[in-house]
Amino acid sequence: MTATTLTSTQGAGRAGDKIFSGAALAAGCLILAVLFGVALFLVVQAIPALTAPSAEIQGGEGFFAYIWPIVIGTLIAAVIALVIATPIAIGVALFISHFAPRRLAAGLGYVVDLLAAIPSVIYGAWGAAFLAKEISPAYNWLAANMGWLPIFQGPASATGKTILTAGIVLSVMVLPIITSLSREIFLQTPKLHEEAALALGATRWEMIKMSVLPFARPGIISAVMLGLGRALGETMAVALVLSSGALTASLIQSGNQTIAAEIALNFPEASGLKVSTLVAAGLVLFIITLAVNMVARWIISRHKEFSGAN
Amino acid sequence: MTSTLTPVRSKRSALTKGQLPKYAPYAVLAAALVVGAAILALVGFNAFGWGLVSALLFAIGLVSWSAAVEGSRKAKDKLATCLVVGSFLIALLPLISVIWTVLVNGIPGLIAPGFLSTSMNGVTGVYDNRAAEEGAPVIGGIYHALLGTIQITLLATVISVPVGLLTAIYLVEYGNDGRLARAITFFVDVMTGIPSIVAGLFAAAFFFAVVGPGTKTGAVAAVALSVLMIPVVVRSSEEMLKIVPNELREAAYALGVRKWRTIVKVVIPTAISGIASGVTLAIARVIGETAPILVTAGFATSINSNVFSGWMASLPTFIYTQILNPTSPANPDPSSQRAWGAALVLIILVMLLNLGARLIARIFAPKTGR
Repeated sequence: MTATTLTSTQGAGRAGDKIFSGAALAAGCLILAVLFGVALFLVVQAIPALTAPSAEIQGGEGFFAYIWPIVIGTLIAAVIALVIATPIAIGVALFISHFAPRRLAAGLGYVVDLLAAIPSVIYGAWGAAFLAKEISPAYNWLAANMGWLPIFQGPASATGKTILTAGIVLSVMVLPIITSLSREIFLQTPKLHEEAALALGATRWEMIKMSVLPFARPGIISAVMLGLGRALGETMAVALVLSSGALTASLIQSGNQTIAAEIALNFPEASGLKVSTLVAAGLVLFIITLAVNMVARWIISRHKEFSGAN
Repeated sequence: MTSTLTPVRSKRSALTKGQLPKYAPYAVLAAALVVGAAILALVGFNAFGWGLVSALLFAIGLVSWSAAVEGSRKAKDKLATCLVVGSFLIALLPLISVIWTVLVNGIPGLIAPGFLSTSMNGVTGVYDNRAAEEGAPVIGGIYHALLGTIQITLLATVISVPVGLLTAIYLVEYGNDGRLARAITFFVDVMTGIPSIVAGLFAAAFFFAVVGPGTKTGAVAAVALSVLMIPVVVRSSEEMLKIVPNELREAAYALGVRKWRTIVKVVIPTAISGIASGVTLAIARVIGETAPILVTAGFATSINSNVFSGWMASLPTFIYTQILNPTSPANPDPSSQRAWGAALVLIILVMLLNLGARLIARIFAPKTGR
């Protein structure tokens, strides 16, 4: 009708545009702010523990003496998990991408994803109630026959609640992560490479060795590192399964502790400087996992054409 | 050359010469099962050992037969196939074992009267001792924990979905792959890797600093869960917005529609099925998180329907505390029965959410006209 109504509706539309794009921008910035906030608040709450006289920290020998055994324990559990999970995960991913009948593949992928859907506390309960009991005869056998290795030194724990059991439970939890990422990458192998290998007379395994695995190597490495990040930070499986103690080399005795489980077990009853100590431990865990994840993401983005991320 | 002279060999063509017959895997499997059963009968039979020994025998038998007849290349191929299939079967073991353990241990707890409709308020070790020693029914339930889980997760969803969806819209529609957009994408990816307990510590530290030391409420837990949930929502919504065809946007612009109206009326409705299923999966992920709730909401044994004040129970922390600190330390069995019952409820919830996500994606998927 008149020019004024036209301009007024346009004005409203322009305001809507501004508000909407502003809100979208604000949400994006909020995420960055949250990540920096995580770091900032952890640092602020951790400072009392880092500056307190060493006699007041748990153990009486300062924060460093408190943290390093549980850092080592965290690494041991994560390494056990990865050593077990990586070969199996690559096998499962290959099975779904190259071996299973095409019609079953999607369903089988869903079955493996179910492993990721089960809450961690249930894995912890399963590990404590079922796996630890079932696996302790194997530990006795290891202690009797392989006891000369420091990592299998006896006497084995009677309950089976050891760092090795915790590592096995962790491996079940990181398996679906490594599997789903590797599967994505295996599926992206150029079909021409695969067909060329087969046309030259390669068997299926030779084709995978020559065309699929070299193509997927950076992707597998980053998948394993993302699994490592998960294994380092996983709490419940360790808190429920492991009967913790001092740092020991033997994997089949009770002992060792991880950062995440240490926090979960002590934080609910903590107060004062203890809270600050645990937050500082959380900060250490945050830095370790952040570094691992950033390296993994960096590898993925460097080989962007390979990854399932784009 | 000489093979054509013998009547047996003449049945097979030159092309299939030097290959295992079609029935070879089945024959080896049958032999492996029989021999495996025989070996296990000597040392004491159990089904798990039988499966393991038979699988090993099958792999060894098939590979060595293939090596003898077909040569080392084919044998290596067979070995690789055996290993790959074997690793898949190994991966299935824990899944089956976990679900079986939860079902067997959880059903007695779940069908106990009042399990879903009462809280743990007033349930003390005395009752548990009586239940364990005199066979009295196990009392106490998960109503408070179920209520807490639903409230905390709902609040976390209310926080995460707008933030996550708007961020995804920024990345896809406004970011233009600029420096900020790339930074956000990178840090969202990094955020997916934050250990859940660190997210809990962050929320706790934040509220300790802002509200006061020792602040533990359902809302703090919801903030912690949001930190875990936002990146999942962003990633899935971003993927979904990206696959909305550009022609739809251009058609809207050509009609003179504002950009924000285009996004709200055209882009989001097209992608809504994927976004909804992504959100459902994100809920399924955080509903089972234990560690962040443990450090932010404390434990409660009674019903607390106010998220903003007082300690609050949730299903995962209920399971955790019932296992680790049984109500009656002398008789942990009633507590562990309740814990497994709660675990069964939790697993059912998570599976329903996963199934729901799939159904949403399928039912509300846009018609593609193909």
